[in-house]
Amino acid sequence: MMMRVLLLALMFLSVLPAKANEIIGAVSQNRVALTANFSGSEILLFGAIRRDPLEAHFQDPEDTPRFDVVLVIEGPRQTVAVWRKERRAGIWMNTDSVTLASVPSFYAVATTAPLSEIITPETDAEFRISAEQAIVGAQGQDLDPEQILFSQALQRIRTQSEQFLALDRFVHLDRDILFRANVQLPANLTEGAYTTRMYLVRDGAVVNQFRTAIFVRKDGLERWLYQMAYDQPFLYGLIALAIALFAGWGASALFRFVRSG
Amino acid sequence: MLIYLPIAEISVNALVLLGVGGGVGMLSGMFGVGGGFLITPLLFFIGIPPAVAVATGANQVVASSISGVLAHLRRKTVDLKMGTVLMIGGLIGSTGGIWLFRLLSALGQVDLFVQLAYVLFLGVIGTLMLQESLRAWYRSSKSNAPRRKLHKHTWVHSLPLKMKFRVSGLYISVIPPLMVGMAVGVLSAVMGVGGGFIMVPAMIYMLGMPTKVVVGTSLYQIIFVTAYTTIAHAVTSHSVDVMLAFFLIIGGVIGAQVGTQIGLRLKAEQLRILLALLVILVCIKVGLDLLIEPSELFSIRIVGR
Repeated sequence: MMMRVLLLALMFLSVLPAKANEIIGAVSQNRVALTANFSGSEILLFGAIRRDPLEAHFQDPEDTPRFDVVLVIEGPRQTVAVWRKERRAGIWMNTDSVTLASVPSFYAVATTAPLSEIITPETDAEFRISAEQAIVGAQGQDLDPEQILFSQALQRIRTQSEQFLALDRFVHLDRDILFRANVQLPANLTEGAYTTRMYLVRDGAVVNQFRTAIFVRKDGLERWLYQMAYDQPFLYGLIALAIALFAGWGASALFRFVRSG
Repeated sequence: MLIYLPIAEISVNALVLLGVGGGVGMLSGMFGVGGGFLITPLLFFIGIPPAVAVATGANQVVASSISGVLAHLRRKTVDLKMGTVLMIGGLIGSTGGIWLFRLLSALGQVDLFVQLAYVLFLGVIGTLMLQESLRAWYRSSKSNAPRRKLHKHTWVHSLPLKMKFRVSGLYISVIPPLMVGMAVGVLSAVMGVGGGFIMVPAMIYMLGMPTKVVVGTSLYQIIFVTAYTTIAHAVTSHSVDVMLAFFLIIGGVIGAQVGTQIGLRLKAEQLRILLALLVILVCIKVGLDLLIEPSELFSIRIVGR
């Protein structure tokens, strides 16, 4: 695997035209199939940094500020309602909710160093890199303190369920040229396009970025069942019943046979 | 062995599903109940979205009831006429229940409603059952116990639209059975249960049906109502997960056969006391969840799912 990564990276380096500092990346697989035995998937994100030839040539390597790399994988966005429970008449019940538009169903940020140390808050807001910015930035308006509380709760819950990942120091950067990171996609993935953004960072600012995507879709029996549930719900319901009827009847017939014979 | 559920959109260990199905199936075989009231809360607990748990629970009840009703049909302990009247009420109730379920999900109160319904019904029924079975046990231990009166005249007998139910030996108005059917139909749709635990006492105490036809008749009508509920959930909210149902059913039918064998070795009164305790236990567990401050006050719901 490493050999292949290296070769690919070298190929990128030799083919591309000379320009300012540039990041070029790839993912180990562009497709993830959700089949019956899907239990998560490990994706390798890798690539290379193409140094500005002038800068590389004329600057003292001791002086040159080093690069950092930030990788973001973002699942399909969904509208989400966050509910808060309060005690009413002795019972804990949902009392108020905030609806947040286009919240990523999955969000992983992998970095070479803690995010707050390598980018400024302004850069984060501009490129919507952290999970917080990805949610708040998509609302189209500033949130009031109350709404921010709900947005933070959303992040907390999703982080606990490992749908939001902050992978500090997960990106290995080799001699400021090659980088790679393994990201574990969880078992409860939503279908859709997972955009993958790679940022080259220096002095708290984004120098260059690269985008690609991973397509996650249900496959085989799962796809067939899911499509039928939505396209032909009545037939799907009948099949569900047929399974139930057959299993119920079959089991009692089988056990009667076993007992009598 | 992890299995990806296409509708619930999560991966769950298949052995856990088989265990849940098998355990509940065993209890349902022992006690002659559908087990929906246990399976739905257990599915919530594993992390299945409530809408999927309720709809798939209804599908599972169809499977667990069918083998029971076949045995009762062979023994001719099913009042088909009464069952059909109850079923008509049930279908009406279930339609209302599905509408109510959608309304409550939109309001974000479906969990609360389901939990309250569980506490209320399980609490009342469990207590009544425990009282009754303890009394019966006490009576059976003293041999010269007074016999129950065969026919009591209550308000049920003064309603119009009377009909003869030969198997049950009743001549009563169709209104009470229709009402009972409707009430159970609503619960079936909202709670994902068959409703046998409410149907059976209602048939004995309100309609005055003889005990020997009660279980068979209740199972007979439950099959139709839960079958209807399954289809209705599939069509209106696409929330029936066939993959999930499959594993629950496989575990369930095997467990039910084992449970029936265990049930045959226990005395009827002891069985009823155990069932009553089980019902009360579930009620307390669900009730405590409502009263104790949850560790996470916030919850997430994906809009349009």
